[in-house]
Amino acid sequence: MSTNRSDAVRVIGLRKSFGTEVVLDDIDLTVPAGSIFALLGPNGAGKTTTVHILTTLLPADGGTVRIAGHDLTDEPDAARRAIGVTGQFSAVDNLLTGAENLVLMADLLHLDRAEGRRRAAELLERFDLVDAANRAPATYSGGMRRKLDLAMTLIGDPQVIFLDEPTTGLDPRTRRMMWEAIRDLAASGVTIFLTTQYLEEADELADRIALLDQGRIVAEGTAAELKRMIPGGHISVRFATPVALTAAAGVFTRGRRDDETLTLQIPADGGVGSLRAVLDGLDAVRVQPDELTVHSPDLDDVFLSLTGRPRAATDAPAKEAVR
Amino acid sequence: MTTMTYPLRDSRTMLRRNVRRMLRYPSLTVMLVGLPVVFLLLFVFVFGGTLGSGLGGPAAGLTGRAAYANYVVPGILLMTIAGAVQGTAISIAMDMTEGIVARFRTMSISRASVLTGHVIGSLIQVFVGLVSVTAVALAVGFRPGAGVGGWLGAIGLLVLAGLAMIWLAVALGLKAKSVETASNTPMILMLLPFLSSGFVPTDSMPTLLRWFAEYQPFTPVIETLRALLSGTPVGTTGVVAVGWCVVIAGAGYLWSRRLYERASIRPRG
Repeated sequence: MSTNRSDAVRVIGLRKSFGTEVVLDDIDLTVPAGSIFALLGPNGAGKTTTVHILTTLLPADGGTVRIAGHDLTDEPDAARRAIGVTGQFSAVDNLLTGAENLVLMADLLHLDRAEGRRRAAELLERFDLVDAANRAPATYSGGMRRKLDLAMTLIGDPQVIFLDEPTTGLDPRTRRMMWEAIRDLAASGVTIFLTTQYLEEADELADRIALLDQGRIVAEGTAAELKRMIPGGHISVRFATPVALTAAAGVFTRGRRDDETLTLQIPADGGVGSLRAVLDGLDAVRVQPDELTVHSPDLDDVFLSLTGRPRAATDAPAKEAVR
Repeated sequence: MTTMTYPLRDSRTMLRRNVRRMLRYPSLTVMLVGLPVVFLLLFVFVFGGTLGSGLGGPAAGLTGRAAYANYVVPGILLMTIAGAVQGTAISIAMDMTEGIVARFRTMSISRASVLTGHVIGSLIQVFVGLVSVTAVALAVGFRPGAGVGGWLGAIGLLVLAGLAMIWLAVALGLKAKSVETASNTPMILMLLPFLSSGFVPTDSMPTLLRWFAEYQPFTPVIETLRALLSGTPVGTTGVVAVGWCVVIAGAGYLWSRRLYERASIRPRG
């Protein structure tokens, strides 16, 4: 990795522990300016801690972080001027109105008073909050609060925006709207660093995705690159007797059998064709399944394949060959 | 923009925020000011006649209820401050639980301005409370004998006592894990004036209590305030009173700053 002047975020060897618990273990990240980067991981992976360190809320235990070219230890204020943050929990003043919240931000960014008001009005318009501008956020819906929160982040025209789980808890319609807003921002040249638990969200938005698990980056690449590492889904079939299980396992030699639960996991893409193939195969040996579930690939599979098994890299292509 | 920060401008912005919050939701202020008024009326009209006779001889030619009104006002004024700073602790704790402070901390603004805004806002609230309580006191028979110097001294001491209790409340608000705790902990400040010379002379108390009452900070502050307002000599208690206020304000300030710097950034509650 070479140092690039146009990197919006550059993290080398980042470490953080809370007491004896290691939360981030030697993290390296690079986000080119103007791109959307997603840090994908389950709850407790260390996503929020990463965002907190990158946004100067928490000091790191080790490693270096440069945001928009500013080292966080040497010039934290310069970095703060370059960033905008929308956290996982809305950071709005519940006793002020929506418009007052925006003006408060403008004042704290030391914008000219008239300029601050103009930008506030503009953002209220853009996020469809004009009608709610003179009400307190306590009366807002979850989506409206999130929009106000994002508007407050944008009032200072930040170069790098951190979004910590921007759509968690939102209804699908508001989530789409947030996605739209995020894409528009990226199109205007802003760098976006977002965290998410949803593979779909990372897939939809991000130019590059890093998978964070237990404080380590376990994979990084474009959505397409990562998907190639994900094993396919499977169809799980449970049988009444060991005899039936053995018979079925004889047909589906690629299946993974579990004698304790009498189940057979057959790799499949989850489509109707694969389901029919499984049923036909079972029919051929006259075995009746007790229970059958179709399992589509999801984030769990990614983590299972990348962290749960030691030889994930060789395992995944083997599954690929089955299809 | 240069690397310069704007501590004054930021503090002013924060103060404006706090005043606006106060004006928009005045119920807390009204309640916190209302309680000392209730105590004032209770002590002057219900207990005042008897307590005033027990004060030991006429003071400034007054006896009974009229004498007691003059006696009790300094204690009630300090109680007013103690009540108002409960609001400080509550709003600080609300800020810390709501995530807005985390946002402030990611911005290039003067770190101290968040607390400064609260402290100056609270000082205004304390001042409003003191003026209201004094007005009621005057209406129910409080007759201070102080000259201009006495009044200025009294105001100065009240501001100092206000700052001491406000900084203490800021620390308690930062320390509190929830808004409920923040509203309960400073309650002890409301009770302490009762265990001082605020309502009855300390020599009427049993030994142990008297010992406590004579050495706790409220007593010298109340004694000094009483002397200033009645126009009698202050003596050395004045030094002790100012000393206590400075020490508590300083300790509260340092404690608050430490708590704020390493405050949990995870929303609590």
